[in-house]
Amino acid sequence: MAEIKIDVRGETCPVPLVEVRKALRRAAPGDVVEITGTHPSSRKEIPLAIKALGLEMLETAEEGGTWTIRIRR
Amino acid sequence: MDNPDSPLTPGKATIIVHSGDYDKVYSAFIIGDGALAMGMDVSLYFTFWGLTRLKKGQLERGPLSKMHMFGLGKWMVQRRMRKAGVAPLERLARDFKELGGKIFACDMTMDIMGISAGDLREDLISEYCAVGTYVEEARTSTMTLFI
Repeated sequence: MAEIKIDVRGETCPVPLVEVRKALRRAAPGDVVEITGTHPSSRKEIPLAIKALGLEMLETAEEGGTWTIRIRR
Repeated sequence: MDNPDSPLTPGKATIIVHSGDYDKVYSAFIIGDGALAMGMDVSLYFTFWGLTRLKKGQLERGPLSKMHMFGLGKWMVQRRMRKAGVAPLERLARDFKELGGKIFACDMTMDIMGISAGDLREDLISEYCAVGTYVEEARTSTMTLFI
């Protein structure tokens, strides 16, 4: 199982959502996608997209305005 | 459409882009990209002033819908957008296509404005159509917008 990391620090709406979706399309079932960003609303909205896509959220973490979300494809 | 993650309720968004204003074309692509990212099927219908933005080299060229001030307002807004890290329209349009979004060009507008297919961004356009295609798509859409 591969792990795909994407970095959208400094990017704003709608780039974090779009980059997550692009990575998930590249990923194979079972792969993990990890996204790191700073755009505040995307931290709330990426989990909404994951739910809509029927995928599994593994964990979220935040430190000093930088968040990381891990998703299983 | 390629939808490998089998979304629970995919839904469909159908958006008319009537305005050619810079900020409104931004809204269309931001909403379109967001809806694709959240698993929806998305079609954008470019008509009237919106269609002129699909002419080669014109995507970023629209005036601001308010406070354009002969270009001064737009220059100021663009400067602030760059500072805020907003992606260029060109990138949003490329992402829209990459995520499987469809762009339709209104052929009646092409006749009215004397625009030929060769004048338009054929790399972005999926199909040429009239109102029937929009209605057919919109009647089964869960989200339809007129911008």
